Amino acid sequence: MEQMIPLTIDGVRVEVPQGTTVLEASRKAGVKIPTLCYLKDINQSGSCRMCVVDTGARAFQAACVLPVTKDMVVRTNTPDLREARRVLLELILSNHNKQCLSCIRSQNCELQKLCKDLGVEDGNDFAGVMNQYEIDDFSPSIVRDNSKCIVCRRCVAACDKVQEVGVIGATGRGFKTSIASPWNLHLSEMACINCGQCITVCPVGALHEKDDTSLVWQYLADPTKHVVVQPAPAVRAALGEEFGLPMGTSVTGKMAAALRRMGFDRVFDTDFAADLTIMEEATELVDRVTNGGVLPMITSCSPGWIKFCEHYYPEFIPNLSSCKSPHEMEGALVKSYYAEKMGLDPKDIVVVSVMPCTAKKYEAQRPELSNGGLPDVDVVITTRELARMIKEAGIEFTMLPDEGFDDLLGESTGAGVIFGATGGVMEAALRTAYTFITGNELEDVNFTAVRGVEGIKEATVKVGDLDVSVAVVSSTSMAAKLLDAVKAGEKNYTFIEVMGCPGGCVNGGGQPIVDASVRAKVDIRTERAKALYNEDQAKTLRKSHLNPEIKKIYDEFLGRPNSHKAHKLLHTKYTVRPKYEK
Amino acid sequence: MSEQKAKFAELQTAIDKHKEEKGALMPVLQAAQGIFGCVPMDVQEYIAEALDTTLSEVYGVATFYSQFSLQPKGKYVIGVCMGTACYVRGAQKVLDRVEKELNAETGATTKDGQFTIQSTRCLGACGLAPVMMINDEVFGRLTEDEIPGILDKYKI
Repeated sequence: MEQMIPLTIDGVRVEVPQGTTVLEASRKAGVKIPTLCYLKDINQSGSCRMCVVDTGARAFQAACVLPVTKDMVVRTNTPDLREARRVLLELILSNHNKQCLSCIRSQNCELQKLCKDLGVEDGNDFAGVMNQYEIDDFSPSIVRDNSKCIVCRRCVAACDKVQEVGVIGATGRGFKTSIASPWNLHLSEMACINCGQCITVCPVGALHEKDDTSLVWQYLADPTKHVVVQPAPAVRAALGEEFGLPMGTSVTGKMAAALRRMGFDRVFDTDFAADLTIMEEATELVDRVTNGGVLPMITSCSPGWIKFCEHYYPEFIPNLSSCKSPHEMEGALVKSYYAEKMGLDPKDIVVVSVMPCTAKKYEAQRPELSNGGLPDVDVVITTRELARMIKEAGIEFTMLPDEGFDDLLGESTGAGVIFGATGGVMEAALRTAYTFITGNELEDVNFTAVRGVEGIKEATVKVGDLDVSVAVVSSTSMAAKLLDAVKAGEKNYTFIEVMGCPGGCVNGGGQPIVDASVRAKVDIRTERAKALYNEDQAKTLRKSHLNPEIKKIYDEFLGRPNSHKAHKLLHTKYTVRPKYEK
Repeated sequence: MSEQKAKFAELQTAIDKHKEEKGALMPVLQAAQGIFGCVPMDVQEYIAEALDTTLSEVYGVATFYSQFSLQPKGKYVIGVCMGTACYVRGAQKVLDRVEKELNAETGATTKDGQFTIQSTRCLGACGLAPVMMINDEVFGRLTEDEIPGILDKYKI
């Protein structure tokens, strides 16, 4: 049994398992020690010193890296500690760009909040020389402004430990330390996968998505443009957080209403294209299995994962499904099927995708994701950008009625909805592949073995006479681990789902930013995924091949899954990319 | 075997020696600095691959410690002492003059690859302040006007 250690924190006696840090133990005592660089499970380095406590030792100690000892007496709130924390904040502020009014993170900034909580006023106590930096905005996805950076290293930990990409790090020394890529190369010159996990962990405004909101406003105001929008599954599971709704609230209907009020000419749904992806991908899987194609087949919806594969595991490119990601499929159909139906010139159509993802911004710029010189998708904005636009437009989001999506490319089944959570694509694919292989309909559609937030999930699924061995991973570090095992011959699968971000798209790099103090208590991935699984549960239709609009588009336009036309519009190819860009 | 190939072979020997140790990066970088005279990008990439770490990690360590240099150092490394004694006796003027004469900044190497200018901590020769060293030779009780003459002796 775990040994329990008794100690006293601010006069409260608590018992915690051996190895617990004072910071974790303090929660049990009902005490909130301020933190800044600490991020549960991701960064525990004691570098910002904000969590200093008094244990009677010669010096104050950082609670986030201090293990408890028996009968330790900890004080977290004394005049000296409060003063020490204020001085630390003043020192950080002495080299911080304090243009808070125009900062993207104003009112959602952990540094700003600490200053307010701890009574730091103008932040000029140690005014002096400040480091000067150039803003790196060369990446289509991520912008770094080091004048705001407090060198907490949370982004470094996310990039290196969570994703095993490691294209940023602390460089230099002392006052000149900065977070950068080797040789101060732009992020766009590195093997960065654009996942944006660095953004979601940044406590301040040093990292943010490339803002494309003004471009969208510009298109919406242009009478010569027919502007079509499509939100991804995961957006509806998190957008409500930006308007004060509890995490895990599904806001599908209000989101559709808001998009319509913003002035989009058609409000379609990427969930429709998720169903379509299943039709194409399940067909591809059945074809690979029956005709001796390359296995395991690996899903291709996540552009962060795709770029990771191209840079770090190019030997697995033949394993990638040739399916474009859902929003790219939707875009391709808007500019062909929909344009034809409406008698519109595809040149006059603008497709805007609302995504939980920063990597989608890069993906949309891939030259191969286009048709006749027109990109499938013109602009990608993140969930955060959509929230900003809704606020800018003065739309009272929480007061909106629930509305539906527009016909033709807007209807979806429960299978399409769960694409936003890890395991969702696998589950959706199995529901349809079962029918494709056996000719029968599946009774129980719930493949619970592939749900949940564990890094690697495995299952063997009985499909008729076939035993289909599947694996589901989320985060690229877990993908790397799994692929290493496959490469070494230790593991053998038929089908693998990879989502580039931990927990899948619900926890994507474009989703609302959650304060470290909240992340310490709740699992974002589980809470947001619940919204999607509940929506799936509530749908009458939960299998992609039963979606009436899907049936219609094959009857009227595409012919059958993997047809010549489907291949031209809905499938793509990949590129081997170097690990170190030259 | 080309000269460059021989150097990488030597680096590989150092990597093999340290690879299994905890904290292998430091001794391997030190070896690389010795072999190549600096740790340029291709060397750092080689080390990152060999030690199964990221280039960011290697670069971070290489830029943290002043003993590593990213660019090749000149044939002659000039170190002007900026310790307290030298500083109060006019070391800044000496350094400024060196920069002016060689048309290069502190930390940089001249375009012809002959000289690298550095400012150093105390060299331990305070009695001779202000002091500068060129490779292993010490020059003491300097005045800025002596600088051109000293440098001329090293110029080709």
